Amino acid sequence: MKPPSFEYHLPGGVEEAVGLLAELGEDAKPIAGGQSLVPMLALRLAAPEHLVDLRRLDGLRGVEERDGTVRIGAGTTQAAVQRSAEVARSVPLMARATPLIGHFQIRNRGTVGGSLAHADAAAEYPAVALALDARLEAVSPRGARTIPAGAFFTGLWSTALAEDELLTAVDFPVRRGRSGFAIEEFARRGGDFAIAGAAVAVELDGAGLVRRCGIGLFGLGSTPLRAPAAEAAATGSALTGIDASELGRTALAELDSVPADLHASADHRAHVGAAIVARAWRRAAEEAAHG
Amino acid sequence: MADITVRMRVNGGPRSATVPPRLTLADFLRERCGLTGTHLGCEHGVCGACTVLLDGQAVRACLVFAVQADGAEVTTVEGIASPAGELSPVQEAFRDHHGLQCGFCTPGFVVSVTAFLRDNPDPTDEQIRDGLSGNLCRCTGYQGILKAVRAAARRRQAGRP
Ligand SMILES: Cc1cc2nc3c(=O)[nH]c(=O)nc-3n(C[C@H](O)[C@H](O)[C@H](O)COP(=O)(O)OP(=O)(O)OC[C@H]3O[C@@H](n4cnc5c(N)ncnc54)[C@H](O)[C@@H]3O)c2cc1C
Ligand code: FES
Ligand code: FES
Repeated sequence: MKPPSFEYHLPGGVEEAVGLLAELGEDAKPIAGGQSLVPMLALRLAAPEHLVDLRRLDGLRGVEERDGTVRIGAGTTQAAVQRSAEVARSVPLMARATPLIGHFQIRNRGTVGGSLAHADAAAEYPAVALALDARLEAVSPRGARTIPAGAFFTGLWSTALAEDELLTAVDFPVRRGRSGFAIEEFARRGGDFAIAGAAVAVELDGAGLVRRCGIGLFGLGSTPLRAPAAEAAATGSALTGIDASELGRTALAELDSVPADLHASADHRAHVGAAIVARAWRRAAEEAAHG
Repeated sequence: MADITVRMRVNGGPRSATVPPRLTLADFLRERCGLTGTHLGCEHGVCGACTVLLDGQAVRACLVFAVQADGAEVTTVEGIASPAGELSPVQEAFRDHHGLQCGFCTPGFVVSVTAFLRDNPDPTDEQIRDGLSGNLCRCTGYQGILKAVRAAARRRQAGRP
């Protein structure tokens, strides 16, 4: 279908953009790469009266490493993330997640900020942000604030962002020490949204015990999720003392409503989810053990 | 809703028009420029039939509004052959290896593969399959397309542009 009519705005800076969003209120939406929003318009799942295009906000693009943090601008395309040597070196989980997003034509336009703000429960970046405890930078006419990933995803396709608030950047901790990272997913066709997926980050202490374990789940709820019981079960243990399949079952046992749709029943999805968590854990643990 | 005047270069030539913001780049190319080689299958980003090069990058023209392409350089399937009409290595390889049957999906494949081989001049089969994953074909079963991409890669390596 053709998208519904809207008024188009092209602000030259962040201040102007959030000013427009504040003035236009709930009838306005920002548009970044359009790879989620335009399909929503075409399917008439959304019909904003105003679109505020972020393409002139050059300050929102780029990757910068400073003080143990890698800051990725919200307007950075997924393709630019895939090309970034800094991301590959310092935030390997983001680098490994990116090729799983759609197809190269999608990644040429789709942005990091758009993926996070769209907050699809089956998308890779939100689960990575959770597993790594990323911090999201947002700006509104009231000023800037930082939102921890754990407080950002509030419901189906909804986030902690106010209507007049823009995501400007995401901060990821630089990998350190003996650590391992893996993202695994199951989809019917390469590039499709996952039926179930998991992003795992493991960090070991000097004695080889798990200091930190972050598990982000996608496709397994109405929002991207963490698996706190499984994370707690792994933390403080030696890698050899952790059974991957058991960890996968623990992660899935925590979930109260696994979605069912035409791609998979809830039971099947939970079964696949447990296997995927186990697979991601094994790969991350192996990397940490040898890193 | 206020119409907006856009200017861009399409296949090397200047184009401008005053358009409603909701007009997609695909409809701009088809209806305002008469370039009907850019096909529309799904109009919501799934099939890849509408793929064009926007400032050199392969994108889905049904997911870009013409107003967002203001000032850009666009190449459609009509701009892939030489001005004299000589087929590109990708087009030749599709013809030679049964890379098409009804031809509906072909413009999207040709544009996607042109960008893919520019960025991956010596791809493995796995890379080719991944590179083709964003375009759907209902006829060929993909094997002819795969062969065509392999052949086009060899042709390009042999010095054809
Ligand atoms: C065929 C296809 C396959 C895909 N497969 C996958 C996949 O496997 N995995 C996956 O994760 N995604 C997938 N996607 C979605 C894609 O990754 C999108 O690029 C991404 O979800 C949104 O990014 P965008 O920049 O295009 O955002 P847009 O579509 O422009 O915007 C999405 C939402 O975010 C808001 N927004 C955008 N930027 C900001 C900002 N800076 N601040 C506040 N709000 C903002 C918009 O208002 C809108 O609500 C697919 C898309 C297609 C068409
Ligand atoms: S018509 Fe654009 S992707 Fe199908
Ligand atoms: S040749 Fe008919 S859809 Fe591909």
